[in-house]
Amino acid sequence: MTGFRAPARGLIDRNRILSFRFDGRAYYGCAGDTVVSALLANGVRVMGRSFKYHRPRGAWSSWFDDPNAVFAIRLNGHELPNCPGATTELQDGMEVRSVNAFPSARFDLKSALDLGHRFLPAGFYYKTFMWPDWHLFEPTIRRMAGLGKLEMSEIDGYVSDQTHDACDLLVVGGGPSGIAAARAAAERGMSVVLVEDHDALGGSGLQVARIEDRDMAVWMREQIAAFQAAGGQILSRTTAFGVYDHQLVALIQQRGFGRGPRLIRMRAQRCVLAAGALDRPVTFGNNDRPGVMSLAGACDLLARYGVLAGQRIAVMAPHSQAAAQIEMLRDAGATMTEVAPDGPARALGGKRLRGLRVGDQTYGCDTILTSAGMMPVLHLWRHAGGKLSWDSTASAFVPASGPDWMTAVGGANGTFDLADALIEARAVAVGDDRPKRLCAYQAHPPEVVLTDKSRQWVDFQNDVTVKDIEIAARENYVSVEHLKRYTTLGMATDQGKTSNIPGLSTMASLRGKSIPETGTTTFRPPFVPVPLELYRGAHRGQQFHPLKRLCLEHRHRAAGAALGEYGGWLRPGWYGGDTPQDAIQREIAMVRHSAGVMDASPLGKIEVMGPDAEQFVNFIYYNTIATLKPGFIRYGFMLTEGGIVYDDGVIARIDQNRFVISCSSSHVEGVSAMLEAWRQDGNDPDRIFVHDTTLNWPTITVTGPKARDILRRLDLGVDLSPDAFGHMQMREGRFQAAPARIARVSFTGEVSYEISVPVAQAQALWDAALEVGAEHGAGPLGLEAVSVMRAEKGYVIIGKDTDGETMPHDLGFSIPRLKKKAAFVGDRALHTENATRPDRRRFVGLKVPDGDPMLPVSAHIVTRGQGGPSSCGYVSSSYLSPTLGHPIALAHLDQTQATEGTEVELLHLGQTRRAIVTAPCFFDPKGERLHA
Amino acid sequence: MQKFPCPFCGLRDEREFRFAAEAGKRRPDTTRDISARDWSDHLHVVRNPLGATREIWVHMPCQEYFVMARDTAAMTVLDVEPLRKETV
Repeated sequence: MTGFRAPARGLIDRNRILSFRFDGRAYYGCAGDTVVSALLANGVRVMGRSFKYHRPRGAWSSWFDDPNAVFAIRLNGHELPNCPGATTELQDGMEVRSVNAFPSARFDLKSALDLGHRFLPAGFYYKTFMWPDWHLFEPTIRRMAGLGKLEMSEIDGYVSDQTHDACDLLVVGGGPSGIAAARAAAERGMSVVLVEDHDALGGSGLQVARIEDRDMAVWMREQIAAFQAAGGQILSRTTAFGVYDHQLVALIQQRGFGRGPRLIRMRAQRCVLAAGALDRPVTFGNNDRPGVMSLAGACDLLARYGVLAGQRIAVMAPHSQAAAQIEMLRDAGATMTEVAPDGPARALGGKRLRGLRVGDQTYGCDTILTSAGMMPVLHLWRHAGGKLSWDSTASAFVPASGPDWMTAVGGANGTFDLADALIEARAVAVGDDRPKRLCAYQAHPPEVVLTDKSRQWVDFQNDVTVKDIEIAARENYVSVEHLKRYTTLGMATDQGKTSNIPGLSTMASLRGKSIPETGTTTFRPPFVPVPLELYRGAHRGQQFHPLKRLCLEHRHRAAGAALGEYGGWLRPGWYGGDTPQDAIQREIAMVRHSAGVMDASPLGKIEVMGPDAEQFVNFIYYNTIATLKPGFIRYGFMLTEGGIVYDDGVIARIDQNRFVISCSSSHVEGVSAMLEAWRQDGNDPDRIFVHDTTLNWPTITVTGPKARDILRRLDLGVDLSPDAFGHMQMREGRFQAAPARIARVSFTGEVSYEISVPVAQAQALWDAALEVGAEHGAGPLGLEAVSVMRAEKGYVIIGKDTDGETMPHDLGFSIPRLKKKAAFVGDRALHTENATRPDRRRFVGLKVPDGDPMLPVSAHIVTRGQGGPSSCGYVSSSYLSPTLGHPIALAHLDQTQATEGTEVELLHLGQTRRAIVTAPCFFDPKGERLHA
Repeated sequence: MQKFPCPFCGLRDEREFRFAAEAGKRRPDTTRDISARDWSDHLHVVRNPLGATREIWVHMPCQEYFVMARDTAAMTVLDVEPLRKETV
């Protein structure tokens, strides 16, 4: 006989029958069941296979301390792996599958692995798969060890929300102690939140008939009603899984199967930890057999779900609370046999238990319930920095000194007597001194003895046996942290909840030491497994990293733009065309012959103002800015203090005390932050003001030989003649009665004007420029064509043609390094041994022999030595130039090899190519078009 | 998650803050000769003490830099003050 449903007990709704399937067979449960309680009620014992040996495993317990019953569950088209069966509420229509078992948990083909257990001890994988390389074996081993598969489609709709809350007092655990503490505090006027991980409050209190001279159910109802009447808040199906800095307690609230749970970040002034206690398994032979269960777990199954774990039950529980628990099970109709663990013990039978043998005595039974004592649940206490001390009477770790804002009460404090626990909980809740903990409770766990007769399991989930711990001890992995890593003890979802103390006591027994001498591993969040989605919340896709949008996006779409992400902005890559190549080549030809009109709004426009502005930007820039005259623009670099090129761009001087920094589109935030840092930390912030106006000034660039003709028709109120308005100058004009800033700078090598206007004028300017432009054969211009044209001119794109080692002199800008007198960011780093190395890489152009195709980007330029080819540079940009009619490339090359005209060899993915070193500028090197 | 008191905005979550530098560190006068060792120390060596420390942080929403004294072992904030006082 196995488990069954006892009449008239539990909190389940026996009138609401739910049907479900397990490994293909149909079963029935009741509303209020968990998957595990329903399976047990149906007499199902074998619920899965163990991780390593594929031994049959059943439920060890009824709640989060069950390490065995892990399922893949399908419901309403959702399939989730890794569902802990003991904490998953049963729902009608669930399709439950055992994991780590094929074809089913009852008949698993890989169970043959268990026959070879002698060859799979702790450290087996580490020792065996060292040679030649672990990575060769890893994929196969990982596949064999899997616990289900998560489909990507499942993740799409699985979104957690994250909320923040605060309270005066957080009570963790809705058993009698937690309820009493919560009510007492609420009635003193505190804002109190009570969290309980089950749907129903009650905890271990559900297992007793009367509390404080009241019927248990009546007591619960009265307490809860009074708590709520005093303003208390109950969060059920909610588990406190971690304590973080500054009294943050993380709560996970379940929202039903297939739905992402909610994360509540609770800031509590104080916390009462009433999380209760768990059974410590007894370590004996074949103690992993289905039907060997936790005594407290069996009582909980009966009290909540009306499930009796078996009919003929042998109990091995040498502690003083066991008598009442045994009586409760006997009262429900089970035949109970109490067995003292005073000799080597062994479970008899395989998938079906036949008996328990202790010493020379055999006790016939179908179920074995064990408890070597109660272990207070102190994970949160340890997260919060609390210390533990070993109580030798209780044979358990109990709270010692700890944070003043958290206090453990009831079972979590080792106060197992209900009357004492209630007094303690109420005193702590209102801030009184706690009464001295009474030590009426006693436990006498049996010593762990190494035996060859049968294997004794210490960690059910990771298949760690006493023998494995013996091997670890023999090989000197005696520190508990080493023991854990070597044997995998206490890993996976159990995280030592059931296995930690048995593991420590085994190690202690084997080494003849005490448990406190052996030590304990660190307790880390999360206390229960939580999905990664909980931490991510809504931070996904556009909500994680929203694209920045142009105010003219609708005009670009209307013009047939192909939009793409460039530096965080959604921008037109090109317009129309049969293929991207066609469109890009056409736009380049258009700009070189007539003009292009481009939306350059993301270009940085950071204003720096104030009496110290000149000295400030002169310090920020590599180049000398102090000599820049109002109305003029200068190209320059910003460096890091390590001398590495961080950004390039132009700076315009509007008047004596006002500059506009036009940094790269993708660097606006970074440059602003850097300016603020230097402004406030090292300067007088009252004499400099930094203001990012990028979004206030949309920019339209008109570039090409016809640019000036187009601008003349836009009525900007500025003399555009080349003598009056030269290259690298800026003018303030007007467009349709609004202010306009016109900067003559160029990224294409053609005459170019960047016209910035207020947002309200942007569309009118765009439309006007295109309308006038059309008469000259000009049209909209996308970013891809611009990046080809800038490469034809040898202009760098930071981050593409520079890397984490590029210094300005590598790019050919060496004058400030040698001549600038004033201090500037990164100055000293430009003269280090590294900065002056003779083999530094120089920025060069590469040309291929006639008829050769484009060079691949990132191809290595190599030299041949005795040790084979070695890299002396790489290709950073490569295009087919329609202007020149041949491929061009930009590269970084060891300057000793970088003489113009040198032929170099390149390697890429097994292909060998040749190229000739040139200057980076391929087109109009004298700048005649630029200055036209 | 820690809570830091911005001197201008009050108590906020640590996610709104960025560490900037250890307080009291002065950029050497680079118009004079500085040994490679001194420059390297300036760039890369931080005291990073266990216990009480003074650091410069920025509260990103308001963009203000300030000095925060905190205990790196106990993770407690000891004191905050605006950076301005130090530079004036």
